[in-house]
Amino acid sequence: MNPQALMDGLVAGSMIGLGAVGVTLTYSILRFANFAHGEFIAWGAYFAMVIAAALGMLSGGLSAPLGPFSFGWALIVATVLAVALNGGLALLVDALLFGRLRAQKSTVIIMVMASFGAALTLRSLLEFIFTSQPLYFSKALQIAMPLGGGIRATPDQLLSLGVAAVLVVAVHLLLSRTAIGRAMRAVSENPQLAGVAGVEVRKVIRIVWLLGAALACIAGISAGLIVQIRPQMGLDLLLPLFAAAILGGIGSVPGAMLAGLIVGLAEAFAVQLVGAEWRAAVAFVILVLVLLLRPQGIFGRAAA
Amino acid sequence: MSLDLLSYAAFFLTMALTYGIICLGLNVQWGQTGLFNVGVAGFVAVGAYVSAILTTPDDPNRLGGFGLPIAVGWVGGALATSLVSFLIGALTIRLRADYLAIATFGVAVVVQLVALNLEPVTGGPFGIGFIPRPFADYAGDPLVFSLANLGVLIAIVLALYLVLERLARSPWGRVLRAIREDEEAARALGKNATKFRLQAFAIGGGIMGLAGAVQAHFIGFIAPDNYVPMLTFQVWAMLIVGGSGNNKGAILGAVLVWGIWAASAAVVADLFPPGQQARAAALQIVMIGVALCAILLLRPRGILGEERVVSRHVGGGASAAERKTADANSA
Repeated sequence: MNPQALMDGLVAGSMIGLGAVGVTLTYSILRFANFAHGEFIAWGAYFAMVIAAALGMLSGGLSAPLGPFSFGWALIVATVLAVALNGGLALLVDALLFGRLRAQKSTVIIMVMASFGAALTLRSLLEFIFTSQPLYFSKALQIAMPLGGGIRATPDQLLSLGVAAVLVVAVHLLLSRTAIGRAMRAVSENPQLAGVAGVEVRKVIRIVWLLGAALACIAGISAGLIVQIRPQMGLDLLLPLFAAAILGGIGSVPGAMLAGLIVGLAEAFAVQLVGAEWRAAVAFVILVLVLLLRPQGIFGRAAA
Repeated sequence: MSLDLLSYAAFFLTMALTYGIICLGLNVQWGQTGLFNVGVAGFVAVGAYVSAILTTPDDPNRLGGFGLPIAVGWVGGALATSLVSFLIGALTIRLRADYLAIATFGVAVVVQLVALNLEPVTGGPFGIGFIPRPFADYAGDPLVFSLANLGVLIAIVLALYLVLERLARSPWGRVLRAIREDEEAARALGKNATKFRLQAFAIGGGIMGLAGAVQAHFIGFIAPDNYVPMLTFQVWAMLIVGGSGNNKGAILGAVLVWGIWAASAAVVADLFPPGQQARAAALQIVMIGVALCAILLLRPRGILGEERVVSRHVGGGASAAERKTADANSA
C-alpha cells in the first residue's frame, strides 16, 4: 500500500469534514437533510475565485505567492469576503425558500425536496455563468515536500489540513462554551421548549446558516487550491458529506470531522485498491454499513 | 406536412407517457405513502439496463446476447428494480424519514457509476445500442410506427392507472394513507407500518423500472448520460405540478412538464448562439428549478391535488359539498 494515500485521504477528508459539520448542524437544528449544502461549497469557491481574480487585476503584487504557498494576499482577502458573501447567500436562500416553508409548517420531506430544487438551481446557475470548464486559483505547480515515511505533501495541503483542524476546534468550543452554542444545542433538543425558555430561535437559525456556509466556503477554497473549481464540485461531495454526517452521529461536530477524515481515508485507500473510477461508490458503501450496523453513528445517541 | 406533424405529435406523446409511467411509480412512493425518493434516475436506469441486456443481440464486448422477447425484458426490468427498491427500503425505511432520501440519492450515484465503469456488463460510457424496438417491421412507415408505439404506451399507462386507482381505493391503499397521515394511529390499529411502506416502495420502484425499460426500447439506445440527477428532478417537477397523490395528476403533469420542457428547450436554443448551447441548457434547468420551488411554496397540492375521500364507505352517495363538511368534521 502506498503511504501517500494516507496524506491524500487526510487532505480530502478534512474538506469533507468541514462540509459535514455544516450538514450535521443544519440537520440537527433545522431538522432536514440539506441537499443544497454541497452547492455552498461550490459557490464559496467561485466567490473567492472571482474576488481573487479581481484583486489580482487591480494590483499584480497581491497575487504574488506568499512564502511556500501557491497564492498571495489576494486570496486571503478574497477568502474573508467570500465567507461573508457565502453567508449572505445562505441567508438569502433561507429567506426566499426554507424560512417561508418553515413558516408554512411544511413537513421535513417538503424541506428536503425544496433543498433538492435549490441545489439544482444554484448549481446550474454556476454552470450558466462560468460554464463547466474547470478553473484554478493558480496555474503555478507546487513541489511536494517529503515528510518522511514515503509521504509527500505540498504546503497548500498542509495549510488546509491545519485550517480545518483549527476551525473544527473553534466550532466545537463555540457550541460547548458560549451562550449562543448553548442556545443552538437547546434548539436542536427541542425548538418549542427552547423558544419558551427565551432562546431566540430565529437568531439561532441565522447562526446555523452563517456557520455552515462559512465552513463550506473554506472547504470549497481548499478544494479549489488543491484540486480545481467546477460547478459540479458540490454535487460530487454531497454523498461523502451525508455519509460523514451520519457516520459521525447527527449533531456531533467532532463526530462529523472525524467521520469526514474516515470517509476521505477510505476513498484514498479504495482508489489504490480498486481504481479511481470507483471513488464515488465508497461513500455509499460507508453509508450502507453505518445504516446497517450503527444508524445513530459514532457519537450519536440511539434512535430518536 | 400534416402527416409529419401527426407523427411528431405521436412521438412527443409517447415520450411524455414514458415519463407518465415514472410519475405513476413515484406517486405510489411519495404521493400515496410519503416516501421520498431522490434517486429516481437510478431506479429508471436499472430497469432500462436490465431490459436492454436481456433483449439485445449478442455483442462480444459485453454480457448479453440473450435476445429474449421485449415483453420478457420489460418484466425483468421491473422485477430487478423492484428488488433493488426492496433492499434499499429494508435498509432505511425503519430509520429517520430523510435517511431514505439520502440512501436513494446514493443509489443513483452508484448506478451511474456502475453504468459508466462496468463495461463488460453495461457497455460503459457508450451504453447499449440495438435495443429491439416494438413494431420494428413498420419502421419504414414513420406514421404507422409512431402510432403503434403510442398505442402500446397508452395501453400500458391506462392499465397501470386502473390498477393503481384500484389499489389506492383498496384496503391496502387506505392503510398507506393512514400511515402517511398518522403513523401512531395506524399502528394502534395493528397495521405494520414498516411492512406496508416497504411494499409500496418496492411496487413504486418496479413501476419506475418498467418505465425505464419501455423508454429504452422506444428510443433503441441507452447510455449513462440519460440517467443524471436532472431526470429525477424532471420527474419530481411533473408529479408536483400535476398533483401528488393523484394518479391522473401524475400523468397530466408528465405531459404538461414534458411539453414545457421541449418548448423551452427550443426557445432557449434559439436565443443562444451555437457555441453557447451548454449555457442555454443550464439556464433551462435554473428556470425549472425556480419553478419547482415556487410551486412548493405557492401551490404544494399541484393542479389536480389529492382526492380527499377515496373510500366508498365514507360519506357514500353524498354530494361533494356534504363530503367536504364531513371531512372537516372528522378532521
